[in-house]
Amino acid sequence: MSAPVAPVIVGAGPAGVRAAQALVRAGLRPIVIDEAARAGGQIYRQPPPGFTRGKPALYGSEHRKADALHRAMDALLPHVDYRPDTLVWNCEDGVLDLMCQGEADAVPFRQLVIATGATDRVLPFPGWLTPGVYTLGGAQVALKFQGCAIGERVAFLGTGPLLYLVAYQYAKAGARVAAVLDTAATADRLRALPGMLAAPALLGRGLYYMAWLRAHGVPLHAGVRPVRVLGGQRVAGLRWRDAGGAEHELACDALGFGLALRAETQLAALAGCAFDFDARDRNWLPRRDPAGRASAPGVYLAGDAAGIAGADAAELAGERAALALLEDLGLPADTRRAAALERHLRRIGRLRDALERAFPFPQDWARDIADDVVLCRCEDITAGTVRATVATGAASEMNRLKALTRVGMGRCQGRMCGAGAAEVLAGALGVSPAAVGRLRNQPPIKPIPISLHAAGTMPGTPT
Amino acid sequence: MDRLIDTDVAIIGGGIIGASAALFLRRRGRAVTLLDMGACGARASGVNYGGVRRQGRPLSQMPLTARAHELWQQLPALIGTDGEYVRSGHLKLARSAEDMQALEQYRDATRGHRMHLQLLGPAELRRRFGWLTDTLAGASLCPDDGHANPRLVSPAFALAAAAAGARILEDTRVRHAAHDGARFEITCENGLRVRAAVLLNCAGAWAGEIAAGFGEVVPESMIHPLMMVTEPLPHFMSVSLGIQGGGIYARQVERGNCVIGGGRGALQPDGYARPSRSALPALLARAAELLPPLRGAQVIRFWTGVEGSMPDHNPVLGPSARVPGLFHAFGLSGAGFQVGPAIGEVLSELVVDGASAIPIDAFRIERYAASAHDAACRTESSREQTLEST
Repeated sequence: MSAPVAPVIVGAGPAGVRAAQALVRAGLRPIVIDEAARAGGQIYRQPPPGFTRGKPALYGSEHRKADALHRAMDALLPHVDYRPDTLVWNCEDGVLDLMCQGEADAVPFRQLVIATGATDRVLPFPGWLTPGVYTLGGAQVALKFQGCAIGERVAFLGTGPLLYLVAYQYAKAGARVAAVLDTAATADRLRALPGMLAAPALLGRGLYYMAWLRAHGVPLHAGVRPVRVLGGQRVAGLRWRDAGGAEHELACDALGFGLALRAETQLAALAGCAFDFDARDRNWLPRRDPAGRASAPGVYLAGDAAGIAGADAAELAGERAALALLEDLGLPADTRRAAALERHLRRIGRLRDALERAFPFPQDWARDIADDVVLCRCEDITAGTVRATVATGAASEMNRLKALTRVGMGRCQGRMCGAGAAEVLAGALGVSPAAVGRLRNQPPIKPIPISLHAAGTMPGTPT
Repeated sequence: MDRLIDTDVAIIGGGIIGASAALFLRRRGRAVTLLDMGACGARASGVNYGGVRRQGRPLSQMPLTARAHELWQQLPALIGTDGEYVRSGHLKLARSAEDMQALEQYRDATRGHRMHLQLLGPAELRRRFGWLTDTLAGASLCPDDGHANPRLVSPAFALAAAAAGARILEDTRVRHAAHDGARFEITCENGLRVRAAVLLNCAGAWAGEIAAGFGEVVPESMIHPLMMVTEPLPHFMSVSLGIQGGGIYARQVERGNCVIGGGRGALQPDGYARPSRSALPALLARAAELLPPLRGAQVIRFWTGVEGSMPDHNPVLGPSARVPGLFHAFGLSGAGFQVGPAIGEVLSELVVDGASAIPIDAFRIERYAASAHDAACRTESSREQTLEST
């Protein structure tokens, strides 16, 4: 018999670090695998060593949480098997295939905590592929990781709390913010107010960012739709439509945009988790119980990877999933703590409902994507191609659409274009996005070099 | 809602064979109802490698593959799309002098079947195909073989059949099929019943079950050929590649992606197959070794499918030995894409004319009647003739 295998945590953001902490506290030595060079996840991403911007400048109002998480991870380092710079690209029969700094590796597991986070949800619009257009998250990463702004005069477009946070961070860092264009209407925010009052700190923070931006001369507009990005080789401006239908032009040399976040679920799919459609996230999410247990035995889900709930919820969910893992192993687990975590998570869940009302997904966006707009940038497929395929009657779900049009078949494997493709397909069919199904995932989760196994051997394979 | 459909010909399976049979039967005026458990052309017919080659097929398939070669030329007229079909040439590589000898014997044996095979020595191979590894002993080129996009071609056959008046019913899984002495009655899981004088069993990897239901037990197994695709690369691979002895096959599509196959995947409980991690390193390593231009490239997807395979790698094709009006066409063993349309046409001739001009005796189901068990136990020794195909 081989030695007992360590539990594996994929992701070293808020969920992964807190899960590791709870396992270490119980005397286990988990393996923590992370794609980034330093822990923190996207939200608390750390700059490379030697960068001198302080945490208050990097993380704003959240700098104490960021610092606490980084310190927690630093304290864990002697007690975990930490694998930074490591991509998990496949999962099969209790083994994860890894690419660690370009080298192939593999780890077996019996317990797996998936804390793979989220990326921006983007929907195409005319000119979205112009150089100088970034996702909100990408714009924020440039600032946090490299201390770079995406432009000198930057506009932000989309919806969700991240929209105002990133605009604020840019302005604080000295960038000129040309405008913040929110697709949500003022009425949406008023409607959500009663629910938001349950979280005065969060509400206060949001109102503070808005007030600060306004006080610093940044125009804020609500109920906006983009018309098109101006400029050919490089963003020169944005033409947009206000809530009353009037069109305006805004001069800017970069645009950050995003429509909230989208869970990274490919690993959960390859690990055999069952999925359900989640109406709030408008996305297929791995099924889990309140503690974070997935449908696949030994697999746990925590943080935004299991549905968007934000960094605070991710920390709680990471710890909760770890307690479930301990319980399932027959080890002592603090059940009162577990119950308190679940109560807290439920409260945040209700808040998420209110946030979704404040920053609703723009349901008319996909309908209005012109036929000549590229939907899938890897494969250069337009919305018109998708609609024409639907018109033949040949495509009624995502996998068929992929087979016939190549949407989701390129480098991103649907991670970036999947949301837009599902919305356009559903719109063309006149059904809800739930009815068009989910793209089946195949390995690799992200591209791997063909030379990864030059010797032709697979590490971690029992001999 | 229990519905009843009365038709001339019922077809189980909407892969390239069932769908092309439906199309050709419509052209002969027969009423056709085709049942597919999922989407037409979405299984082996739609996710295979996309090789459209005659080279490497056994002599018994020569008339069938020659007819298919003609049909592929007429693809736009048949199904309204060229399906990215190109006659790029198919190059079968030899690693050793023995391999080269085998290719030479194959050329001699298939003379007269108009494949115009050209044997290339190592020097000529390097001169004409300098992007290959320089360790090869030679190759055999079939200039008019090529490749196509199965994702487009196979569903297009079903669409063309529907446009020609065939009733195509997707997401319609057959629960039970029986013959009452005069007609077939097919009961589907959604309550639909279909009555027909003729039944075509084109159910691919699931066809063995249908045959067994009529008392014809055959040793059909499921195989899951493993494939991968790279990101788009500058064009360098001008032909579709195979190798004597099997193990790897490759082509480059118009967009620049290289599609490379070799090894196997495994079946999952949900009825789909997935790549087997144990087979991935070998495929990556072989591709990098054979094709030096790929060494800096990235793989964006691995995949596999579910395909029916027979112990002798020849299909079961022809009338049932037991039930009048039942015809089988399955077990293409990883080499069904090119011959699929010709098999569909043969089936239509068997139904309408009672016979086909294409000789298909070698594929009779009776060959398994006596020694089904023995055959099932035979090893896959003659694999190389078909591995690089589909």
